[in-house]
Amino acid sequence: MKNGDFTAHDLATAYLEVVKERNTSLNAYLEIFDDVTTQAEGADAMFKNGTATMLTGIPFSLKDNILIKDKRVSAGSKILEGYVAPYDSTIASILKKEGAVIIGRTNMDEFAMGSSTQTSAFGVTRNPLDESRVPGGSSGGAAASVAADMALAGLGSETCGSIRQPAAFCGLVGLKPTYGALSRSGVIAMGSSLDQIAPVTRTVRDAEIIFKSLSRHDALDSTSIPDDMRQKKNSLYGTRKKIGVPRSFLSQGGLDPRILDNFNLSLKKLEDSGYEIIDLDLPTFSVALAVYYIIMPAEVSTNLSRFDGVRYGLRVEGKDLLDTYMKSRGQGFGKEARRRIILGTYVLSHGYYDAYYNKAVKVRKLIEQEMMKAFEQVDFIATPTAPTLPFKIGEKLDDPVAMYLSDVFSAPANLAGCPSIALPSGMTEEGLPFSLQFTAPHFCEDSLFEVGKQFENVRE
Amino acid sequence: MLEIKDIEKLAHLARIELPENEKEPLVHDMHSILNYIDQITSVDVSSVENELPEHRNIFREDQNTHVTGTYTKDILNLAPQNQDGFVKVKKIL
Repeated sequence: MKNGDFTAHDLATAYLEVVKERNTSLNAYLEIFDDVTTQAEGADAMFKNGTATMLTGIPFSLKDNILIKDKRVSAGSKILEGYVAPYDSTIASILKKEGAVIIGRTNMDEFAMGSSTQTSAFGVTRNPLDESRVPGGSSGGAAASVAADMALAGLGSETCGSIRQPAAFCGLVGLKPTYGALSRSGVIAMGSSLDQIAPVTRTVRDAEIIFKSLSRHDALDSTSIPDDMRQKKNSLYGTRKKIGVPRSFLSQGGLDPRILDNFNLSLKKLEDSGYEIIDLDLPTFSVALAVYYIIMPAEVSTNLSRFDGVRYGLRVEGKDLLDTYMKSRGQGFGKEARRRIILGTYVLSHGYYDAYYNKAVKVRKLIEQEMMKAFEQVDFIATPTAPTLPFKIGEKLDDPVAMYLSDVFSAPANLAGCPSIALPSGMTEEGLPFSLQFTAPHFCEDSLFEVGKQFENVRE
Repeated sequence: MLEIKDIEKLAHLARIELPENEKEPLVHDMHSILNYIDQITSVDVSSVENELPEHRNIFREDQNTHVTGTYTKDILNLAPQNQDGFVKVKKIL
């Protein structure tokens, strides 16, 4: 676009063509915006007057929990029926300022609760690599939009694996940045001590460009990390060639033996290219997902109390105000959202608070300590991204714990706030993607990009 | 052990009306989830101090950032019902 070989308008038109062809069956987008052409023309103007940046003219998809002024946003839920964002999220305002082209909003598990994009109130999203299978979740629409070439990059969110696992299921790169790196102002909250905005892309370089463009301090997000602290954290770590593997942790979640073989093969390739691989013993990692399933529902039950049928969204009239709350929330939230709110209410209730929530907060601290201690010894922790290959649509819906286990390898990075990247690492004979995951210390995204690019070179 | 009446109590606390036919399956789901998360009880946390994290919530000074009323109309219009500059709800008592 810089050389004028093609315009942002040409590029947007090409992507819209694919959308027309594939979105009806995939259901990756819930809405294609009507101003895509206008946005692209704005980007072309920036190329002409020399103000274009790395993001100008790039076709993005945004997950349906990121606010864009005057656009609908629903978090995949009926309870936000009719809601139109009255302001821009910080992420959307940066994208607009840099002239990125936002194609539309992508489907997701309701309120980002799920690992398969099947709990959306607006239907399932299908995996572009095999339409009988799920794309992963909760950012399944984001990953499917990129895998099907309906966007060059997708922005989703991650609370526990919600970008890395769909990236793995769709054969893409997914980056979960350090907690507090990207602003969450204007993003619909799920678990506030865990949520991060996260990109899904085809290459590591794309993820790097997006991360560097969006990672900055934002006064509108009280958990956004100030710049000086970012640099301080990053400067703690030197040479970056040592990979640790928590071997005993890998037996969790019913790991598919094909995934383990692929994982070992991937590590061998890195070893051959100069990386040192060592085994780590990280015993507390095995309870990370259990800790997550206490802390997250607790935060969910609090965050989702704002959806009450009073100020915005769906209202189902009852006989009085209390009855209106009960009916609006009972009918507005889907099954999984209700299940998690009730679970959260339980772990926070009198008599159980100490045994569950307080205990979980302490174990979380232990996991973080264990991880930071490991980083004194190694530069990366490597695991497969998910324990299973993309599963069939309809599977695991009736067994919440089986579904939750999809994120067993994701949980430690989210609980510790560390950045983590999912990288495609080959295909099965039937064409299903494998994925490898690296986790690094806080604000060491650059070392993840480095090992990621190295792996892209040796992968084939 | 959780029973249906406990689920009803929790649902009421969470202000969620549950359909009758979902209560029993929910008891079953909660058992399997609690059974899974109960593994944290065996972890020894005696070494963990209750300390504040290095990075904490940072609030800005509470000052007027915009003229009163700038966003009122946009935000009120999002409410299912409003009247005379207020959000309208059913009677409380």
